[in-house]
Amino acid sequence: MKPPVFEYTAVRSTDEAVAELEQHGDGAKILAGGQSLVPLLNMRLATPDRLIDLNRVAELAHVTARDGGVAIGAMTRQRTVERSELAARHVPLLADAIPWVGHFQIRNRGTVGGSLSHADPAAELPAVALCLDARFTARGPAGERTLAAEEFFRTQLTTALKPTELLTEVWFPASARGSGSAWIELARRHGDFALVGVGAVVTLAGDRIGEARLALTGVGDRPVRAREAEARLAGEPLSPDVLADAAEAVRRAIDPGSDIHATAAYRRHVAGVLAGRAIRLAAARAKEAERA
Amino acid sequence: MPDTPAPIEVRLRVNGRECAERVPPRLLLSDFLRHRLGLTGTHVGCEHGVCGACTVLLDGEAVRSCLLLAVQVADAEVTTVEGLARPDESLHPIQQAFHEMHALQCGFCTPGFLLSVVAFLRDVPAPSDEEIRHGLAGNLCRCTGYQNIVRAVRRASELLADRRPPA
Repeated sequence: MKPPVFEYTAVRSTDEAVAELEQHGDGAKILAGGQSLVPLLNMRLATPDRLIDLNRVAELAHVTARDGGVAIGAMTRQRTVERSELAARHVPLLADAIPWVGHFQIRNRGTVGGSLSHADPAAELPAVALCLDARFTARGPAGERTLAAEEFFRTQLTTALKPTELLTEVWFPASARGSGSAWIELARRHGDFALVGVGAVVTLAGDRIGEARLALTGVGDRPVRAREAEARLAGEPLSPDVLADAAEAVRRAIDPGSDIHATAAYRRHVAGVLAGRAIRLAAARAKEAERA
Repeated sequence: MPDTPAPIEVRLRVNGRECAERVPPRLLLSDFLRHRLGLTGTHVGCEHGVCGACTVLLDGEAVRSCLLLAVQVADAEVTTVEGLARPDESLHPIQQAFHEMHALQCGFCTPGFLLSVVAFLRDVPAPSDEEIRHGLAGNLCRCTGYQNIVRAVRRASELLADRRPPA
């Protein structure tokens, strides 16, 4: 058998999961969709004493309109979000990005909360959450707390969750009226982890950009918000000069690494190019939304 | 850490047949199907979710059986390649299309492709070539270069359309 020996508990509720975490602490690992964890087990890069399986916790799987946005339970399959009209209508950046997560066979099992908690530095959903200022709800023995996306991602594969806490829900604000969004990424093959991925949200003010949001994945130890580029774009026309400045600001904001797939210099270059494309596409969609 | 965690009883339906087994928690669904049930049509390639050879249907959805534990599929319905042909052993239309279009050479990847295509054509009954290529992206073939596999999916879509009653 490929995976190491572990004990296994299939919990039925969030409370039961928290109790298990409290009892077993550091040696226990939460099993969500398993599309990252099980490969790690099969390669014996992870050797937990116990798996706490959330797949039978019905209360954690939902897509719900709430508080001017969309709340998504941590155990909601990525494929469910992909098929959700509510998500497509109110969180178009998420809908645009989610088909890029692995392949449909992976998204049939992979969960929103699992991807966010795993915090792979090349994953799509963490950058989407950061771009939109999503709010994370975590549950632990001391009760519930809410975290901003900005404070959730610490470094690669590391979040602000404590060993006895689990992510229960993530809330995305609904897109503003007349805004447009776009997710663009470059991978060697569709379904591979991105060399670089960029999410952009643009609101127009007449012929100019009102507000712009930009977040990137694959360019460091965690998703990156390109705030200097956002500031350069606000209130400006969508001109080649402005876009070139924003692209340079994006390149300054990131610290990509080199590996067999691409050099750091290539990733840095591509990040600027994709940011320009994502902004233009988001702006074009914003214009369409205004006309509609 | 315990050396031998207690086996757990799982009951499920595989290709329409009920089965019950006691399994250790770490037994992968792919190994369960092959070693416990003798359904060796499910092929095991990379065992980390990349190659797609082990793809099966879990309650109708295509999934990697190497990324699931057997204990997780209790009460579920699993379909493997052995479940595609009719009881009279005539081929499923997708198998027929792969046969007609020569969409395989060594055949190692084929069961995974077939199960992925069952789910894909159910969701997208009349796909464009681009949609077909996207639909196939989660399965690797190292022999054929995919051209004939794409043709086979196109052909399978025709065969399945012929089977549906006219609207």
